[in-house]
Amino acid sequence: MLEGIMIGLTAAFSIQNLLMVVAGCLIGTFIGMLPGLGPMSIIAIMIPIAIKLGDPTAALILLAGVYYGAIFGGSTSSILLNAPGVAGTVATAFDGYPMARKGQAGKALTIAAVASFAGGTIGAILLMIFAPALSSVALLFHSAEYFGLMVVGLSAIAAFAGTGQVAKALMMTLLGLILATVGEGALYNMPRFTLGLMDLQSGISFITLAMAMFALPEAMFLVLHPARSAGAEGGGGKITNLRFSRAEAWAMAPVIGRQSVQGFFIGVLPGAGATIASFLGYAVERNLAKGEEQAEFGKGSIKGLAAPETANNAACTGSFVPLLTLGIPGSGTTAILLGALLALNVTPGPRLMTDTPEVFWAVIISMFIGNVVLLVLNLPLIPYIAKILAIPRNFLIPFILFFTLMGAYIGQNNATELLILVGLGIGATILRFADYPLAPLLIGFILGTMLEDNFARSMQLYRGLDFIVERPMTMGLLILAAFLVLLPSYRAYRARRRAEGVADGD
Amino acid sequence: MALDRWIALVFITFCCAYGYLAFFTMDDLLPPFMQRNPVWPSTFPKVLSVMGVVVGLIVLLGLEKPDAAKEASATDINYRRLQDYKLGQALMLLALMALYAVALRPAGFLLSTFTFLFAGSAVLGERRWALMALVSALAAGCVWYLVQEVLGIFLRPLPFVFGV
Repeated sequence: MLEGIMIGLTAAFSIQNLLMVVAGCLIGTFIGMLPGLGPMSIIAIMIPIAIKLGDPTAALILLAGVYYGAIFGGSTSSILLNAPGVAGTVATAFDGYPMARKGQAGKALTIAAVASFAGGTIGAILLMIFAPALSSVALLFHSAEYFGLMVVGLSAIAAFAGTGQVAKALMMTLLGLILATVGEGALYNMPRFTLGLMDLQSGISFITLAMAMFALPEAMFLVLHPARSAGAEGGGGKITNLRFSRAEAWAMAPVIGRQSVQGFFIGVLPGAGATIASFLGYAVERNLAKGEEQAEFGKGSIKGLAAPETANNAACTGSFVPLLTLGIPGSGTTAILLGALLALNVTPGPRLMTDTPEVFWAVIISMFIGNVVLLVLNLPLIPYIAKILAIPRNFLIPFILFFTLMGAYIGQNNATELLILVGLGIGATILRFADYPLAPLLIGFILGTMLEDNFARSMQLYRGLDFIVERPMTMGLLILAAFLVLLPSYRAYRARRRAEGVADGD
Repeated sequence: MALDRWIALVFITFCCAYGYLAFFTMDDLLPPFMQRNPVWPSTFPKVLSVMGVVVGLIVLLGLEKPDAAKEASATDINYRRLQDYKLGQALMLLALMALYAVALRPAGFLLSTFTFLFAGSAVLGERRWALMALVSALAAGCVWYLVQEVLGIFLRPLPFVFGV
């Protein structure tokens, strides 16, 4: 591991990569603050630029920096405007916004920055310990196990991402898998479902899909419902006094310690991620707090601010574990990162550490650097960066739309792609209206090709479906997947039965 | 019938069409030597279409009850109040995006981007014409410079009549 850290240090401390970290963090903070642009949209917009860099290490460092910056920027708009730009920072607004109302905006931002720093750094240390261990286990996996593992990942995402409606999330996952079968796959050398259209021959581009699923609907919602960006008018007041007292630091320390570990492990689970980690972190700390402190929660408690901020950053780091060790993204954001890596000819997975150790370790080391950059560089800049919130929406929205279009165009240089983007975007907006989760769709789309490849490989090796029986681990994984999908429905069913006063069978 | 169930119905129809292609037409194209394989190009789509129909039916028939109604926040969006929203603006912006896609090649990047940004803010109700023109022109110029000169990705700047 020491050797790896050395490789990472050399790679990450090159001038180019240091610049990438700084640029990524700044861009992420800058854009993440805007309502309507979450980390997924920002990373999707940045991908063409990252691919253009050509160097996978630099590209991944840039994108990871953007990711961190976006989460941090999202908490800034939550605190200052009560307008979270990112789902993962909704819980931050619970206590951050009341603090800002009391005139403690500067202190709230500092606490958020320190908590993010601690969460991100502790998360990166845990990543350094767990990722190599997990990837040495993952080397024992065959294509059958990979198939099983991906099915588990997809079911877990459907089970957790759907707001209590697993069937809807499953439907979106299947739609993603179906979309992935369009075009000419490497496996069979024959075009499928292209309907004879040349433009579909190479399949649907994942950047276009990502833009259409996340950036466009959010922008459309901003247009439709001005209240969503209400805060964007006239924000950016004076921010002074960034300090917090020693007593407050002692009060926060145990919260930050607990939430970094808890957040990290929630982030590792597929489908959970920063949003769940931050809400759970908030809830846990609220229950642990005693008497007066508990009553403070929701009215500007420093613990209530530190808990979700630590947890969401630790979870972001945690979500890199399945991506880097198994090549399976656990969240929409890491799915987009996976797409970018594949485009750069790097296949994340257990072999990543042995084949391209410099990529793996440079990313981890740059996480530390990124956290320091966020703390040292961004914090003093916050009062100035916050001015961006004063951009009127009449100018902001056309720009968001324009960057969405550019993101899809630069990658392909194909104007038809833009029409596909608009079409898919309208579809995605309708799906959002009907409360369908869109992250499972994108993850299904990105995993679809790999899932089918591994499935086909196992079928060929075992001449049929025997691999399910002959490899007990695959069998176990598939049973786990079925369990994950059925459990929420079963529990809801039992809860209903109880509510109706009917005696349970067991 | 609620919107989510209509979508489920559309999805089932889509899966049926997809399944029809997979079950009945794809295998005809398969060369004989590949037919001895245990897995065909159509195998995975067949599985997907069947699962899609099953899951779609679960949503359509409402077999899975949603959780107790979530409290609606002021910023939450609800399609039942669609006419209260600025639907006209949204549709016009979408049309503008489609227009941009069509015009980008023939009209060149600078002109179409300027028009898009200018018209976009006009649609949203901005009336400070001079400021709008300045911002749009500046943005179109800067982005073109960044993409073409710094990143080295070709973007035709001027309308096609001027060559290049």
